[in-house]
Amino acid sequence: MKACVVVFPGSNCDRDVIHSLSTRVKANVSALWYEEHKLPQDTDLVVLPGGFSYGDYLRCGAMAATAPILNAIKGYAEGGGLVLGICNGFQILTEARLLPGALLANKNLKFICRQCTVRAERTDTPFTSNLQTGQVLKMPIAHHEGLYFLPPSDLKQILANKQVVFRYCNNDGTIDDKSNPNGSVDNIAGVINKGGNVLGLMPHPERASEKILGSEDGGLIWDSIASWLKKGGRC
Amino acid sequence: MNYKAVGLREEEYQAIKELLGREPNESELRILGVMWSEHCSYKSTRPLLKMFNSEGKYVIQGPGENAGIVDIGDGWAAAFKVESHNHPSAVEPYQGAATGVGGIIRDILAVGAWPTACLDGLFFGKTPRNSTLSLMDGIVSGIGGYGNAVGVPTVGGKTFFDDSYEGNPLVNAMCVGIVSQEKIITSKTAKAGQLAVLIGSRTGRDGIAGAAFASAELAEDTKSSKPQVQIGDPFVEKLLIECCHELLREKLIASMQDMGAAGITSSASEIAAKSGTGIYIYADKVPTRDENMTPWEIALSESQERMLVIIEPENYERVEKCAQKWLLECAPIGEVTDDGRFKIINNGKTVVDLPAEMVGGGCPEIHWPSQKPAYLESIETERAYTLPQDAFRDIFLSIISDPNVKDKSWIYEQYDHMVQINTVVGPGNPVSVIRVKENNKFLALTMDCDPWSCWLDPYNGGAESFLKAARPLWACGAEILGMTDCLNYPSPESPENYWILTETVRGLAQTAKDMDCPVVSGNVSLYNESPGKKILPSPLVGLVGLLETMEDFLPSGELEESDVLFLVGPKKGFLAGSLFQRLLDKSIQGKPVQYTPTAEISFKERALRTAKDKCCSSVRVIGSGGLVTAIAKECIFAQKGASINLKSEHLVPEVLFGEGGPRAIYSVKPDKIAIFEHIWQDFGLLKIGTVQKEKTLEFLGLSSFSLLEITSCWRR
Repeated sequence: MKACVVVFPGSNCDRDVIHSLSTRVKANVSALWYEEHKLPQDTDLVVLPGGFSYGDYLRCGAMAATAPILNAIKGYAEGGGLVLGICNGFQILTEARLLPGALLANKNLKFICRQCTVRAERTDTPFTSNLQTGQVLKMPIAHHEGLYFLPPSDLKQILANKQVVFRYCNNDGTIDDKSNPNGSVDNIAGVINKGGNVLGLMPHPERASEKILGSEDGGLIWDSIASWLKKGGRC
Repeated sequence: MNYKAVGLREEEYQAIKELLGREPNESELRILGVMWSEHCSYKSTRPLLKMFNSEGKYVIQGPGENAGIVDIGDGWAAAFKVESHNHPSAVEPYQGAATGVGGIIRDILAVGAWPTACLDGLFFGKTPRNSTLSLMDGIVSGIGGYGNAVGVPTVGGKTFFDDSYEGNPLVNAMCVGIVSQEKIITSKTAKAGQLAVLIGSRTGRDGIAGAAFASAELAEDTKSSKPQVQIGDPFVEKLLIECCHELLREKLIASMQDMGAAGITSSASEIAAKSGTGIYIYADKVPTRDENMTPWEIALSESQERMLVIIEPENYERVEKCAQKWLLECAPIGEVTDDGRFKIINNGKTVVDLPAEMVGGGCPEIHWPSQKPAYLESIETERAYTLPQDAFRDIFLSIISDPNVKDKSWIYEQYDHMVQINTVVGPGNPVSVIRVKENNKFLALTMDCDPWSCWLDPYNGGAESFLKAARPLWACGAEILGMTDCLNYPSPESPENYWILTETVRGLAQTAKDMDCPVVSGNVSLYNESPGKKILPSPLVGLVGLLETMEDFLPSGELEESDVLFLVGPKKGFLAGSLFQRLLDKSIQGKPVQYTPTAEISFKERALRTAKDKCCSSVRVIGSGGLVTAIAKECIFAQKGASINLKSEHLVPEVLFGEGGPRAIYSVKPDKIAIFEHIWQDFGLLKIGTVQKEKTLEFLGLSSFSLLEITSCWRR
């Protein structure tokens, strides 16, 4: 797998994603500077990592969504290329309108960093192809703006399109208010585009890809991508 | 201008005139007022700090540089230091705490290390008044707001609650960084002809003479001091870390200093003094935020997120290009000379001309009068405490719900404690553990202090402060590499305060030395007083230990069903200054036990062996709240019940609630009891109960609690 991780000024999970991808699935990963205008040839996966791009002093991700590299990423996504946005990367993807909805301040108006459990709602995507439907993954969140929101009519639409890929849940997979850490609409933790190739996730798979870090469940997402690519882009 | 207006004493002013052979001009006086302040010069504590031993087999760099550095093997090293940001946090909690984090991260950056983990020692008022709550809220948000954005995880720390900190909270930020031993940067390596380059934020009027403000008691109206508090920008700090490391990788940096207290003045004069050179700063070349800043304002501004980098002149273009890449200001603001002078030149006119050595190092020491405080004579030491059986339940529940004991997740969940994916054991545990990717080893980190026993018995309190931080490291199986400390005290000008300061430092220094732990860095914060109130003596200890592998790590809070629970060490702890005693008496009373080096060394050796022999599932050193609290915490973290069966002679407050001394509980695997008993024989060993399937914690003969009850009580 040939992956690149975009580095914006203020990104701070870029090295973590690189470490995780290169150790877990032995991917050939490179850092991609935000001022670049095109992606390296034969890129299999683009990751927008977590962090505070441009300090997030404006709406989170709003500045980064206008960076030169985003044009290239938009073209890449239109052509079916795989794009994963994690945390701030998810925020950037919604700001760039590659994904629907918006990420607002957490319900308690505080930064929240802790382990969470999410349920896989779809297994027919490149990012979840190795999972079982309903499988519960333990992955941490770390954000101040992670409340996924969209108006009721839009929600209806993404539900109809089956665009919700992960929901916050209890250890046993049940979904309720108690298991919703940040007040996200419908417990939504991860959303995919209609084409099924651009995923935004609030939890951090790169922080849960090694046993020593308390969970390897995030590694299953890397594994899924790797085997999907190996099969030539089929589930 | 009068010397008193800049905070200098008459004898200091005389010394300045003597060293210069003339009267200083106004700019020079302002600069010396700040550089010779307590905060920058350590003039009151330099004689005391000499008590610390800073040598040891792992020490690469002791005190005097931006951070202490210890060897962690395979050519790698850990740089670490703790620093206070108490006064600013009292005045403007969010920015005060945020810039405290920013400052200590730059200290670690300045030695060429990559900042890898932060810890925070926080001391708050205990009574939940609105003022205290808003300080707490602001400080915690500030630490999170800065640390989260800058991408350095806050992996641990310690929070203390006592009303002596009301209105004068303490914020002690520690940072640990990893550096290749070959690539350590020092401030000693500048050479004449090199260029002094300022990288980072523009220089503004924020925080001017903040160091001087930190060297006096807080005023009644703390808002009047707001101009002395700096404003932080973690985004720029993040860029600064990236930029400096890119410059380091390209080997463009000859020497480097962060700009903290006293800004350009301290960083530039320190490099010159340590390198044995001079330095000229051209004030008109410094990029400023405000127009018409005077040269002394520029020289003393404490605007954040700035580094002074010394480079070869021919490399300037490459340095500038790198700074531009990271969106940072970059300006050649001075040059290193061979005349030993610290000069500030503004538009061709020399406005400051001082010997570089005198700026940072010229201030004479102050030997304050010292006197044993009268209160120590009137402390009630003979009082006997009883524990009626029907009182146990209430006392126990009030102890586990005391702010000093109860769950701190509301604090640390606001901090990103996982970024950089090295956090193996995070906050909430007695020891935090981070992985070092560079050499596949692990650093075990603790932070602790015992202000109450320092108040009752300064020498032994100093010892206990060290040991409280050290024992959990030994228990988890880590070898201690070095220590940093933050000495938080009230004004040294009171002979009684100075006596306490001296005695606690003596106790701390002696214990560290006895336990073979070098002190490699530290910080002093005096004048922690607000009107009518002074803080308890608070020497915060930060320790860095090494674990070769996680195989040898013994965790806490991992009880296994049918394990047998043992208490090791003296059966009785001391009640003097314990949480039990404080809750009962509503004052601090009693005489803490004497520190016994041989017992502590014996504990250390046995604890290390226990971890290595893998005969236990879990360990917890007994701390605040005593034995029963340690048991309760083990049950809560493991979500397991336990049955505790103590003889009636042991159902006394000293055993159940006593603190201090080398005492710990171990959860021993049933088939490994013989190995465990062999290790601890002749030390003090008492079987106290078993871990059970049933989700209750029962203290036979006293009371019984459901796991749910104690968990929710502790979490509430």
